[in-house]
Amino acid sequence: MMKTNIAPVIFRKIQQNVIRERFFAGLNAMLLPIIGILIFIALWAAVAKNIDTSLGEFPGPTQVWEQSFILVNEHKAQQEKAEAFYQRQEKRNAKRVAEDPDYVPTLKIFTGAPTFFDQIWTSLYTVAVGFFVASIIAVPLGILCGLSKGTYAAINPLIQLFKPVSPLAWLPLVTMVVSAVYVSDDPMFSKSFITSAVTVSLCCLWPTLINTAVGVSSIDKDLINVSKVLRLNAFKHVLKIVLPSSIPAIFTGLRLSLGIGWMVLIAAEMLAQNPGLGKFVWDEFQNGSSESLARIMVAVLTIGVIGFILDRLMLSIQRRVSWDKSVSLR
Amino acid sequence: MTKPIQNKTSGLQRHLELSDIGIDFPTAKGPFCALKNLNLKISKGEFISLIGHSGCGKSTVLNIVAGLYQATTGGVILDSAEVNEPGPERAVVFQNHSLLPWLSVYKNVELAVKQTRNGRSRAEMKAWVEHNLDLVHMTHAADKLPSELSGGMKQRVGIARALSMQPKVLLMDEPFGALDALTRAHLQDSVIEIHASLGNTVIMITHDVDEAVLLSDRIVMMTNGPAATIGEILDVDLERPRDRLEMTDNIKYNQYRHAVLTFLYEKQNKIQTVSRVKADIARSKKKSSSAA
Ligand SMILES: Nc1ncnc2c1ncn2[C@@H]1O[C@H](COP(=O)(O)OP(=O)(O)OP(=O)(O)O)[C@@H](O)[C@H]1O
Ligand SMILES: [Mg+2]
Repeated sequence: MMKTNIAPVIFRKIQQNVIRERFFAGLNAMLLPIIGILIFIALWAAVAKNIDTSLGEFPGPTQVWEQSFILVNEHKAQQEKAEAFYQRQEKRNAKRVAEDPDYVPTLKIFTGAPTFFDQIWTSLYTVAVGFFVASIIAVPLGILCGLSKGTYAAINPLIQLFKPVSPLAWLPLVTMVVSAVYVSDDPMFSKSFITSAVTVSLCCLWPTLINTAVGVSSIDKDLINVSKVLRLNAFKHVLKIVLPSSIPAIFTGLRLSLGIGWMVLIAAEMLAQNPGLGKFVWDEFQNGSSESLARIMVAVLTIGVIGFILDRLMLSIQRRVSWDKSVSLR
Repeated sequence: MTKPIQNKTSGLQRHLELSDIGIDFPTAKGPFCALKNLNLKISKGEFISLIGHSGCGKSTVLNIVAGLYQATTGGVILDSAEVNEPGPERAVVFQNHSLLPWLSVYKNVELAVKQTRNGRSRAEMKAWVEHNLDLVHMTHAADKLPSELSGGMKQRVGIARALSMQPKVLLMDEPFGALDALTRAHLQDSVIEIHASLGNTVIMITHDVDEAVLLSDRIVMMTNGPAATIGEILDVDLERPRDRLEMTDNIKYNQYRHAVLTFLYEKQNKIQTVSRVKADIARSKKKSSSAA
């Protein structure tokens, strides 16, 4: 126990300091990003005024802000139209069934031009499928490469060869192969969707594959010895030792892959005119109206925000499955 | 006191035998002969300490017995079967505990228990895990992760995991090397207690002379590498149970201690004196200058 009278005073002082430090740390965490964003917007506004393009002045923050609301309204209007279309159809069908009980009503699908939000949804869906397919190939293959030097030696040249290939080089090939191979009278997915998804997969494979292989091959040797002493069979060895210890590496790969996949998808959609955010950007560019640039800017920011959210999503999954809660994940 | 290499167990039933062990490690500069002509016979329930200077090949011996390394010549025979792969009947307590960091204390031991099931039912397995945690006094921390434990606690769990496999031979590679003196003494007492009640055969590597004398039935002293082998074997003929405090005044204890120290620091001296290093440097300088 403290016997002197000074001790509690010092203690209180220390406590105050700690509280003050925490307060400033919290303030910094909140304040600095906001300051950064404000500076960016100010610079943007200043620079935009001075750039004159053939489509008029480069859009500043205000125009982009306005356009984002217009895009929301367009989407709402389109939804109302679709609603009205289906209601009319239902009424008409009901009437005909009343007149003629044998009549079998057919439902026509509303085919309005996809709005900005439809395109976002398409892109998200495509990247998710492409990324998922790539991951369920890359993770097991990466584990195999990490466990067996032979497999790694066999696959490594292919990895090194295909890793640096731009997705856009794949695109024509994928398009042709998909239209040749994927022939079905009642296709479950559209060809453009398959093309985009496959292109995304091709680019998502490598970071996950490489990181998984590296993670698996650098497992602590002592843990491998533990597995040997316990005589864990191959399946249990992977499940109990290999997977848990390479989770961080696998997730590093997955996050890189998803980031690349999202970038690649936008480019592929622009080039192949496949539905999605990329097509939205391209259409607006072709449109060439005075609002086009502002609308493209909205798309650019949206792409960025979605990319950021996807990464955070992966991070939170990683946090959930990772056993090591003490490491800071960024 | 110290005897030349011979085995006192020749008359007894053979349990574990290291016969003519030699190992070459492939290196960039050709094979490196770490061990040569190493012979040792160990009887059931014996507590053996391996002691020797750093890098002489103690871990290598242990790894060969564990089956993690393959000897280049000779081999290990356990209960008249040759050892050629790792297995739970030769459980290892690793130097840095090697618990699976993503499993709780309980789950770490449970994994070993599940692998060496011996026809136990689910309930019996649970009881067995708890029993082994109790042996090392770790029941209270069963649900903690290894990262939440102190070094000594981790090592206890490592010992519990090894014991839970009911090994014929328990192999320990400097199990207490990384611990402070007080924790180390606690764990030594635990090991004495466990060895007294279970009677496993134990091979333990140590750097600590007191630890070796306090725990062992025999102390195996190794010569310096390369091509290391057994230099001397010391029979420790002290009544069990041995009490740490009484031992400090025990004449025999101090003689044993002295014998080991003599072996390490006179017969196998590795530590060069400052004057000798200086002389070496002077000689090599002369050589290089005369060459130029
Ligand atoms: N896998 C290996 N490849 C090549 N050389 C090795 C290998 N393992 C051990 N050695 C060599 O064999 C010798 C004995 O090593 P070992 O690890 O058995 O020593 P040790 O007595 O356990 O030392 P310490 O007390 O420091 O743990 C050393 O010279 C080491 O360099
Ligand atoms: Mg060692």
